Amino acid sequence: MDSLSDGRGMDASRTLLAGAGQMPPPVRRIAPQAPATIVPPPPGGNGHASGATLAPPKLQRLERADAPAIERMRTEQLSIAYGEKLAVNAVSLEVRQGEVLALIGPSGCGKTTLLRSLNRLVDLTPTAVRGGRILLDGEDVDGFDVTHLRRRVGMLFQQPNPFPMSIFDNVAYGLRERGSKKPSRKELEPAVTEALHRAGLLEEVKDDLDHPALALSGGQQQRLCIARSLAVGPEVLLLDEPCSALDPLSTATIEETVLQLRSEVAIVIVTHNLQQAQRVADHVAFMYLGDLIEYGEVEQVFSAPTAERTREYVSGGFG
Amino acid sequence: MSAHAQTRLPTGLIGRIRGSDSWSVGDRIGLAAAWGAGILLCLIAAAIVLYMLVRGVQYLSLELLFSHPQPGLDQSKSGGFLDPLQGTLALTVIATLIAAPVGVGIAVWLTEYGRPAWLARAVESGVEIVAGTPSIVLAIFGLLVFQEGIFSFLSYEATPGVSFGRSFFIAGMIMSLIALPLVVGASREALHSVPRHVREASYALGKDRISTIRRVLLPASRRGIGTGVALGMGRIVGDTAIVVVLLGATLQNDPQGGIPGLGFLQGTGSTLTTYVYNNSPVGEGGSPEKAYAAAFVLLLIVIGLNFVIDMITRGRGPSWTR
Repeated sequence: MDSLSDGRGMDASRTLLAGAGQMPPPVRRIAPQAPATIVPPPPGGNGHASGATLAPPKLQRLERADAPAIERMRTEQLSIAYGEKLAVNAVSLEVRQGEVLALIGPSGCGKTTLLRSLNRLVDLTPTAVRGGRILLDGEDVDGFDVTHLRRRVGMLFQQPNPFPMSIFDNVAYGLRERGSKKPSRKELEPAVTEALHRAGLLEEVKDDLDHPALALSGGQQQRLCIARSLAVGPEVLLLDEPCSALDPLSTATIEETVLQLRSEVAIVIVTHNLQQAQRVADHVAFMYLGDLIEYGEVEQVFSAPTAERTREYVSGGFG
Repeated sequence: MSAHAQTRLPTGLIGRIRGSDSWSVGDRIGLAAAWGAGILLCLIAAAIVLYMLVRGVQYLSLELLFSHPQPGLDQSKSGGFLDPLQGTLALTVIATLIAAPVGVGIAVWLTEYGRPAWLARAVESGVEIVAGTPSIVLAIFGLLVFQEGIFSFLSYEATPGVSFGRSFFIAGMIMSLIALPLVVGASREALHSVPRHVREASYALGKDRISTIRRVLLPASRRGIGTGVALGMGRIVGDTAIVVVLLGATLQNDPQGGIPGLGFLQGTGSTLTTYVYNNSPVGEGGSPEKAYAAAFVLLLIVIGLNFVIDMITRGRGPSWTR
């Protein structure tokens, strides 16, 4: 396990960043290894007594992607109910390549249901019924063969879930059995390596491709799951609270990976973590009890929300 | 990470948690009874193994393992138990080859499909009923069914239109029923322990149910399946009633017809269990020493199977957070 530790993960992704050349400096680096520093009290006693207020630390984020965003998916008046219970109520949204869309909101607001409807995973729930339309590149997803749709719209789950097989086989999983002919390992290798590279995992595992995937650390497992999704060449990637089970270091690595991917893949992320949404998202959709309350650019939603409910939520009033 | 590993407990905490010193009398009596029960069971198990070891090894010889049993009351001329040993192995293989795929198939259907719900409930009840039926009842049922003339290809036609109804084929099929519930139960348990999001991850990659079952769920469940199969084999090895009724419990294996292999399966024979019974002081045979030796071999097979189960379940299987 030592050779696969996450410490090297950070290094590897830094190398990748440096290699990318045009990437901006790592402005939002989380430094969990840094020793805790004790902030001296401001001169003149504590802030309340002197009337001085400390400005809240400004969350810094990577620059916006340069490439213009292209619409890939769109929901039109999408409603989903589980039996009698309405989970998503007439939501219209756009998902664009070149940016990250974050779905935020308190538990039970329908954000995960909305996400799962985009690749029709919600169809697996027997009681689920759907109204409205979901379009992928202008075509209704109901017209697609569901396995074909899911290859175009990949998904990452809350818990890392590699399959009980080797690292290589995990990434190659989606590529196998596509046609009648079984591709050989040699044929699959370039695609597997490419996917691992894009997920920022290649450096850490390139010598251990035959090791069981479940022996990796949680953060590496989650990046392996990203690689597994990327291997089938999705156009949209759905992330369902992908960092909620991970430590801060792994979270930072995943976020970096997401930001690098957004120019090639349209990304939707569901998160409970508002800071994460601020760090990675370009657009934010705030949902409450199934309704889309607010949709806008990340700065606008967090600093100047138009709806009272959004203001309460992003300021920590509830949730 | 190393900082955490080196964290020390405050010294004041150490030694504060005491054993059973402060327990009430009732608790202490309960504890003593639990200890006693555990030790008693260990003693019984040790007694079985040691007694059979002493009695068995005393009479066991390689010659017994490799010579055919012969009729006769004179122990020096009654041969060994090669045929029953072959019978035990053959019957176990036949029954396992039937029970394992059918059992895993039922478990997969119940956990992954299970629709319509009434049919799933009926299948579950069916498995429970088979599990609860004494093997002698299964055996008599098998005899009634397989004596029908249309099944004579499984044994041979005793009189025109009536099948003999006893053969390795038939005993193996009915024997698979006593292993089946164990395979179904263990496989279902293992499949259930794979979290839903792992299945969904496979579907999300554009895989259908069959690929997901074959490539993800079954590999993830192989420990559970292996344990169920090994437990089932233990039941098969140890069963006597089905052998007596459906295998004929003949002294020697008695192939039917001229085709080697197929003839063996259509013929009758015996297993170690019936050999032990027949040669024990309560049976008709007069070779109690050979019965002890055969019983010891049987015990070794079962202990070997337990060891296999132990190997399968040792360590950790794939584990995901739910």
